[in-house]
Amino acid sequence: MAAGEGNAIEFIDVHKWYGSFHVLRAVNLTVARGERIVVCGPSGSGKSTLIRCVNRLEEHQRGTIRVDGVELTADVGRIDEVRREVGMVFQQFNLFPHLTILENCTLAPIWVRKTPKREAEELAMKLLTRVKIPEQALKYPGQLSGGQQQRVAIARALCMNPKIMLFDEPTSALDPEMVKEVLDAMTELAQDGMTMIVVTHEMGFARKVADRVAFMDQGEIVEINAPAEFFASPQHERTKLFLSQILR
Amino acid sequence: MPAPTNANGTYLRLASGPVLPPPLFSSGGIAWMRANLFSSFLSSAITLALVAFGLWTAPPLIAWATTQAVWSAPDGALCRAHQDGACWAFVAQKLEYLGYGSYPAAERWRVDVVEIVGAGLIAWMLWPRAPRRGLGAALFFLGFPVLAFVLLHGAESLRLPLVDTLLWGGVFVSLLTALVGIVFSLPIGVLLALGRRSNLPIVRAASVVFIEFVRGVPFITVLYMANNMLPLFLPPGWVPDRFIPPLVGTALFAAAYMAEEVRGGLQTLDKGQYEGAMALGLGYWRMTGLVVLPQALTRVIPGVVNNFIGLFKDTTLVAIVGMTDFLAAMDNAFKDTVWSGPTILATGYVFAGLFYFVFCYGMSRYSAAMERRLAVGRTG
Repeated sequence: MAAGEGNAIEFIDVHKWYGSFHVLRAVNLTVARGERIVVCGPSGSGKSTLIRCVNRLEEHQRGTIRVDGVELTADVGRIDEVRREVGMVFQQFNLFPHLTILENCTLAPIWVRKTPKREAEELAMKLLTRVKIPEQALKYPGQLSGGQQQRVAIARALCMNPKIMLFDEPTSALDPEMVKEVLDAMTELAQDGMTMIVVTHEMGFARKVADRVAFMDQGEIVEINAPAEFFASPQHERTKLFLSQILR
Repeated sequence: MPAPTNANGTYLRLASGPVLPPPLFSSGGIAWMRANLFSSFLSSAITLALVAFGLWTAPPLIAWATTQAVWSAPDGALCRAHQDGACWAFVAQKLEYLGYGSYPAAERWRVDVVEIVGAGLIAWMLWPRAPRRGLGAALFFLGFPVLAFVLLHGAESLRLPLVDTLLWGGVFVSLLTALVGIVFSLPIGVLLALGRRSNLPIVRAASVVFIEFVRGVPFITVLYMANNMLPLFLPPGWVPDRFIPPLVGTALFAAAYMAEEVRGGLQTLDKGQYEGAMALGLGYWRMTGLVVLPQALTRVIPGVVNNFIGLFKDTTLVAIVGMTDFLAAMDNAFKDTVWSGPTILATGYVFAGLFYFVFCYGMSRYSAAMERRLAVGRTG
């Protein structure tokens, strides 16, 4: 794996189909190390599919995807190598309900990274403290609020010490009063220099945190720009239409 | 009283109300009976009818089994003279045979040791608060089979005379068959269920064929097939003990049912659980062992135990291929002309029924307790 040099993620002419439905069309995107990219767009535009291709929860059928210098192919060993370095936070949290919060966080470090149990627990407690819920460590996910569960999910992903973090609509399933606590945790992570791709409709977060904002529609990346320009003077008609619909 | 709303429809609460306990709708047994047993004319009639039925049937049954019963007798004569009571003397007389079959009397202590060690290890492994349960499980799954084989079958080097399986019989054969079936059917069933959901076409096809074939034929057919076909799969000249095929048949038959039970559990799992595990870099086997199966198996405990109970009772069918299980031993005991009489069959079958009931009800209660235990704090 190329260390410290090159780009974090490269999409080169990537296509994907669901059956005959062309869901990703000629996607080109380069994410530099330490860069924060927010991806927005109407539902069904392919934004989730795009980031799920990064850790190969979805397969692309044409083009090249390189993550931290490793090209994604059907090679299972490479896929696992990439997944170890890429953390992901889902809309529905996807915590393991049969394990405590602490066990959720230590599972992968212990079994995948072979970290000694005590060391994994110390790291987990440190990260749970960072997302401000160390006192929940011995509870089960079902006993926590949505916002707390999502913060656990962030801590769980960070426990693998990833180089890249993917966020797939992390606040869409939350009650409104819990959105802020999750966004705060993500903002803090961004300030520490993590490479992040965030699919979200939280335009306030995009303005504040993103280095670039990408707009997707109908499987294509339509426009990418720095947030100030993106919101102030969108170029493409479809971007303008989308922004006029969500920024009322 | 309506809430004090201003004339224009606005409202502002000025003081918080007190937090009150819930009202008491019922108090004591009388209120409970009124609500649950005598809530209407029909409900009262049903209650009284069922009570009357109980009073009519239960006392004669209890008297048959206790006060009218013959508890000890040298032979069947006393039982033939007391036909309105059970003949427990018969059961007492045959108890040794029912427990060990024709296992040589001098060697029966070996069966006792296996049964006691086995029961102890099972209790150790299954009792939630026992210390070092993992060690208990390891001893049970690795050490116990060796101990059981050496003691039951015998080993010349240890001066334990060999006991031909032809002589094995009674309770310990039933327990052994059930135990082998239970211990092997669950893991084989889990593998078959995973195989049936596998992405590998050949693994999937093989699992489907096995499950559908074994499920599609009667258990007795499986037993006959195991008896006659197992030698075909073994190296030439290697003849399995007559005891082995029924055990293999039982385990495989139960495994096919178990597979479908487990598959049902796997299907209740949300896709997000797989994705969450994969995104963390867990490979297939770790994801399956650490995330998928713990949840899927917990959800199918009632069905799995249901299969165990069915399996336990199905062990009576191994008598068809010549094994003397507990029920077959009972049937053999009936052939003793010294103990022939009208009450003896009834007594024997009631006793056999009680034996199976105790084990099955025990499994049922244990699974209910486990369900409650595992449900704590894990909802949502």
